[in-house]
Amino acid sequence: MSNVTIRIPTALRGATGGTASVEVAADTVGAALEEAVVIHPALRAHLYDEAGALRNFVHPYLNQESVRRQQGADTPVSDGDLVTIVPSIAGGVAEAPVAHAHGSETAAVDLSSEEIHRYSRHVIMPEVGMEGQRKLKRARVLMIGAGGLGSPLGLYLAAAGVGKLGIVDFDIVDASNLQRQLLHGTDDVGRLKLDSARDRIGQVNPYVEVETYETRLTSENALELIADYDLVVDGTDNFPTRYLVNDACVLTGKPNVYGSIFRFEGQVSVFGAPGGPCYRCLFAAPPPAGLVPSCAEGGVLGVLPGIIGSMQALEAIKLILGKGRSLAGRLLLFDALELEWRELNVHKDPACPVCGEHPTITELIDYEEFCGVPQARQAEEEAVGNVPEITPTELKSRVDRGDRVTIVDVREPHEWDIVNLGAFGARLIPLGSIVERMNELDTADDIVLQCRSGARSTKALHQLRAAGFGRLTNLKGGILAWADEVDPSLPKY
Amino acid sequence: MLIDESYVALIRREGANAYPEECCGFLLGAFDGDDGVRVTWVVPVANQRQGERRRRYLIPPEAFLEAETEAAEAGLAVVGFYHSHPDHPSVPSEFDREHAWPWYRYVIVPVSSGQAGRPQSWRLDPDRARFIEEEIITTHAAQDVASGDLQETARE
Repeated sequence: MSNVTIRIPTALRGATGGTASVEVAADTVGAALEEAVVIHPALRAHLYDEAGALRNFVHPYLNQESVRRQQGADTPVSDGDLVTIVPSIAGGVAEAPVAHAHGSETAAVDLSSEEIHRYSRHVIMPEVGMEGQRKLKRARVLMIGAGGLGSPLGLYLAAAGVGKLGIVDFDIVDASNLQRQLLHGTDDVGRLKLDSARDRIGQVNPYVEVETYETRLTSENALELIADYDLVVDGTDNFPTRYLVNDACVLTGKPNVYGSIFRFEGQVSVFGAPGGPCYRCLFAAPPPAGLVPSCAEGGVLGVLPGIIGSMQALEAIKLILGKGRSLAGRLLLFDALELEWRELNVHKDPACPVCGEHPTITELIDYEEFCGVPQARQAEEEAVGNVPEITPTELKSRVDRGDRVTIVDVREPHEWDIVNLGAFGARLIPLGSIVERMNELDTADDIVLQCRSGARSTKALHQLRAAGFGRLTNLKGGILAWADEVDPSLPKY
Repeated sequence: MLIDESYVALIRREGANAYPEECCGFLLGAFDGDDGVRVTWVVPVANQRQGERRRRYLIPPEAFLEAETEAAEAGLAVVGFYHSHPDHPSVPSEFDREHAWPWYRYVIVPVSSGQAGRPQSWRLDPDRARFIEEEIITTHAAQDVASGDLQETARE
């Protein structure tokens, strides 16, 4: 332990009985401050927040240097060191529950008798009332995505009487969306999601103004799009867009109601609320591109986006009403198989590059690059470029000619159950066990590797090649391409 | 709080000039007895908040240290800070409360559609529960408002 002096700033000497400095023995700056608080307990409230973290405007300096640029509270101290406590000065206007976009807070908004009847189960609750319903009508909410999360979001926000809904999407309704995306119906397959969403929302509540943006959200258009709205609900399914939405919301000061889903698990939180953390405070860096599969690759239980998206709609409505305790600073984790909710505290990170005290990201960046997408794509192309391929049509004619070809399906057993090429002699060896089971294969045979779309079979090919197999070919486009080219009666998934 | 009318005018001018963003700066001076404070120098600084400057301001710790040093050299102390509330009343926000220490004076100037109103001065209660308003008494000693080197330094 070292003996250090803590200089008490003039403003806090009321809490030390006028004492200007405190001598303590400690190993680190953080421990030294804790010692000072033990000696002068009244200091605590001014240095630490309710959660026990150093208040974000309190900057300990060790001799001449801010410890935030060193090891923070863990910065070691030596005998004779001087610790000073320096504030940064911050403040600002009182927050309306939601900072309304320009003009909207003064716009006269009234409810017709038809609307009052429609929203009567809202207005009879004092927590909403006529004033709350008017707030909802004044509110402008931008939805990023009209898919799994966007469906309950669009339906519930519209039904609740949110005045204006903006929707950003560029996708087409596919039959495989219908298992969970209730904004779209069977007749909508092949239409723009924006068109079917607009129709469906119009049926739910014709009093809602719907603005659609048929575009991908990009660094070029995000700030402009978001500027016209009071808050953003994020229903995106990929990391680059998620970081983009986060940064754009922080830079424009709009709250971001976040949700994400994968297979049987979901997450909900509110980011970018005044004084609250942002997505980067929680996840400073994205996972390596390709590591976390999308819903298209990994699957998702149909009800799950309904639950998570509904929670997002609830949080959005609470923010608009200014009622209740928002999820800002808390991350809810939902496990559908265990039926369990867990709650984690999320702290605002003073070192956050976008919402911290000394931000380094002050304008939107290239998010594909940030998430490593181009590098992953290039690596994938290089891997594929190095692989001999056969098209489904060519493979079919080789089999028909009676060529001796071993087709190895490297998918999972439950995928084999959906559709397979067993009728052409295919056998199942999942990618995860291909190396340990390669003794089942003969290096002298012509082996065609096959999966769903061709990606996993490429990996299997590289693994077998490394093990000494030479006569390897990849089925281009996998069993999906086979269904397209050879046998349209096969199901696609 | 005793402050010269010319400094009140400076704070209002800074608020109007920064509109629709927030302005901010230091109040330097000396304490009179137990509770009184006399502001004898007002130093505007750039709002270093990145983004959201329409409703937030930030003076980083380095600028605070510089101001404190320069004030000491002039025989003064940092006695508080001022900032503007564009299109909001001059009442401290919850965000102001969370980021305040007792003892300092927090002067807030309301700016409505570019027109600055009369500022109010606030002190944080020692238990952090609330701000207490303190009367601003203006004098007319015609102090020189130009704040010279310190202003240049603090703006860097």
